[in-house]
Amino acid sequence: MRFTIKPVSAMRLMSALLLISVVSVSGHAGGRAEQGPQFTLYSGRGESLVAPLIEEFEQETGIRVNVRYGGTAELAVLLQEEGDRSPADLFWGQDAGALGALSLSGFLQQLPAGITSGLPEIYRADGGTWVATSGRSRVLAYSPERVSSQEMPASVLDLTNERYAGRVGWSPTNGSFQAFVTAMRVELGEDATRDWLTAMRNNNAQAYRNNTALIEAIGAGEIDFALTNNYYLGRFLANDPDFPGAQTTFEAGDIGNLVNVASIGMLRTARNSEAALSFVRFLLDRNAQEYFTNEVNEYPVREDVEPNPTLARFEELLEISPIVDLDLLEDLEGTLQLLQETDLL
Amino acid sequence: MNPALPAAATRRPPWYLVLPAGAAAVGTVLPILYLILRALDAEPQQLATLILRSRNLVLFGNTIALTLGVLTACAVLALPLAWLTVRSDIKHKRLLTFMGVLPLAIPGYVMAYSLISLGGNYGFLARIFDWVVPRPRGYMGALAALTLYTYPYLFLNLRAAFLGLDPALEESSRSLGYTSMQTFLHVTLPHLKPAFLAGGVVISLYVLGDFGAVALMRFEVFSYAIYTQYSSAFNRVYAAWLSLMLLTMSLSVVLLEGRLLGRAKLARVATGVARKGRSVRLGWWRPATYLYLTLLFGASLGLPAVVLTYWLTLSPPSIEPLRFAGVFMRSAAASAPAAVVAGLFALPIAYIRIRYPSRISRTIERLSYVGYAIPPLALALAMVFFSLRSAPWLYQTLPLLVLAYSLNFLALAIGPIRSSLLQSSPRLEEAARSLGRTRFEAFVFTVLPSLRRGILAGMVLVFVIAMKELPITFLLAPTGYLTLSVSVFGRTSEALLAEAAPYAAAIVVFSSLFVGLMLKYEGRH
Repeated sequence: MRFTIKPVSAMRLMSALLLISVVSVSGHAGGRAEQGPQFTLYSGRGESLVAPLIEEFEQETGIRVNVRYGGTAELAVLLQEEGDRSPADLFWGQDAGALGALSLSGFLQQLPAGITSGLPEIYRADGGTWVATSGRSRVLAYSPERVSSQEMPASVLDLTNERYAGRVGWSPTNGSFQAFVTAMRVELGEDATRDWLTAMRNNNAQAYRNNTALIEAIGAGEIDFALTNNYYLGRFLANDPDFPGAQTTFEAGDIGNLVNVASIGMLRTARNSEAALSFVRFLLDRNAQEYFTNEVNEYPVREDVEPNPTLARFEELLEISPIVDLDLLEDLEGTLQLLQETDLL
Repeated sequence: MNPALPAAATRRPPWYLVLPAGAAAVGTVLPILYLILRALDAEPQQLATLILRSRNLVLFGNTIALTLGVLTACAVLALPLAWLTVRSDIKHKRLLTFMGVLPLAIPGYVMAYSLISLGGNYGFLARIFDWVVPRPRGYMGALAALTLYTYPYLFLNLRAAFLGLDPALEESSRSLGYTSMQTFLHVTLPHLKPAFLAGGVVISLYVLGDFGAVALMRFEVFSYAIYTQYSSAFNRVYAAWLSLMLLTMSLSVVLLEGRLLGRAKLARVATGVARKGRSVRLGWWRPATYLYLTLLFGASLGLPAVVLTYWLTLSPPSIEPLRFAGVFMRSAAASAPAAVVAGLFALPIAYIRIRYPSRISRTIERLSYVGYAIPPLALALAMVFFSLRSAPWLYQTLPLLVLAYSLNFLALAIGPIRSSLLQSSPRLEEAARSLGRTRFEAFVFTVLPSLRRGILAGMVLVFVIAMKELPITFLLAPTGYLTLSVSVFGRTSEALLAEAAPYAAAIVVFSSLFVGLMLKYEGRH
């Protein structure tokens, strides 16, 4: 008969679930009131990379950091939804676009002038509502097995050539790529950018979800080239020195060498500005900058910090990268519209 | 008279059941309201271009093709397995059942990723056997990945149906001279229809809403487009329109199920106890059966296991045990209450739906199914929107996260409870009433005990799925509340696969443990 199911065992499992619930809810009820200085950070940068840095800051200053980790874009959407009621003091994003868009809609406040002075031009936003914490350059990743040296394109614009048909991967949904398209609109104009996007699509450029997927696709042999950021390949090589991928840059000044930034800004509604600002200063300090370049493979924003030996030298980076005013990268919406028009989004 | 109804079917259901059911219904309507609000923000001109984009049509076609494909493939995988574990003389039925449910514990992106990392110049096959096959992608890739981790929903339903099927029916058919094939087609299969529909509706809604697998496989469907809008765009308006279109599709699925199910009365009407059917000998089919099982479990369990192990061996993970334990506990501490709350909502919804059928009780049940198909990001944003406006003290607290989980996964808890209800007779309740018990007492002492299995199964399902959940956790968890799934995402998105592996493995191991416990108790007839 059905009723002979052992009630005790099922009940035990159910009570286990209940017990966890009660403990968890009661454990959380009283935990909200915190003593001492603190602030809240929404971080689009991954926990595994920045948590050590944040811990160091907490120990050094005694300021407590409440961090909410998430995707850069999701957090930007969340901030918009929260509006004036947002508990966040700082927003740290993976790319300039997200910060720029928030700044444009008036969500960020002016940072004190002292914070950005002394940074190279490519890392400065004139509006002063956000500041770069590290740089990453756009690069061309490729397969050393399937690409000969004569085939290397001089400019990102050359990738629409027939010889690259179906061999190039990109990620139209990715923030860094979109920032690059915005820069292209600023540099070359709306029409030239639209033509390039359309030509790339017609040349059967392969769309992938993100930069990691692009590098994997090169390894798998699906594509021979990929438009990506400089630090992803390094992580693959760290796990597996035999990984069949390499990367290069375009000729000096090409828009394809754009230096993009991870950046941080303070919310208009911030309630703990003092504590928050001390964190921004901490990130721009020597110590944190050395961490970004040595551990995370990114470019420091200070000229007095030597980039990781696997990266190009600082002067070299400044020489080959196009000078694009970071403030002009705010028009993410225009870029998205263009990507929609060309059916890439 | 319909045996599923109490004597006075026209009576109103008691308030203590209506209240939670109604509350859950309101909860699922909130996100829809939010989407409509956002959708109305659109400027008319922009709207026309957004809605009439020819691309929407492509997305629509892709979504339908994928849903139908996954349904068919799930049926092909699940039906033989359900039959084998109930009707055949195969050994280790309990273990096979466990393995058939286990894919539920595997996060979708792990499954899709395993399939992808098989092929290609630098995939497993290439490196181990020097055997280069193209990586799965597009329609076929998404189809394979989704099928491999959603077929358990159908398997569970079909298995329950086989268990509840009266062998007398099939025996009568055979005695009337029909072959076993004819009997299967004309007698057994029609009786499996409700199970097919119940499993099918959950799978369809899952496919409509899933984002992980389609994104990895680069197959563009509605859910992918919605995610892309939210994640690259700050354009919540277009995302809202796409979400509403997706919800319309989900609603159609739910309504279609209702229509197809019709007024089928498939419950056993005879008094007395159903006998267990005699086991069918596999005979010469045995080798084919083993081949099928090897392929099925090799793909659905072996592959992800190999990939996770590979990640774990990439570099010895340097994990601080205390930190890891904290992350683990937080995952459990959010998912367990969600399971309980979902159970508490699901019980009255299923009960009212079965014992007091009416337009309202049907609507409530359907709404909870639609809740399952609301894009999680939209659901989370709706919670942000409403809690900040009406109950700011609730914002970014654990209770709100728990509530969001339970509303999102309510449909998973309803299914098993409904099945148990359909199998339990209302006569016991009537007997208790006639012996002078109040309605409440009759419910607590006769109905609840017979539903124990269903409630438990529903709660475990919610628990296991909530452990893997990502977008809702991102937006609604208390600040600083790092869970396993958030930890996995943060690392994989930065290409730190080795660092992600222990967290992903913890999700799989812990969830499997619960699935195992559930089946252990379920198996005790």
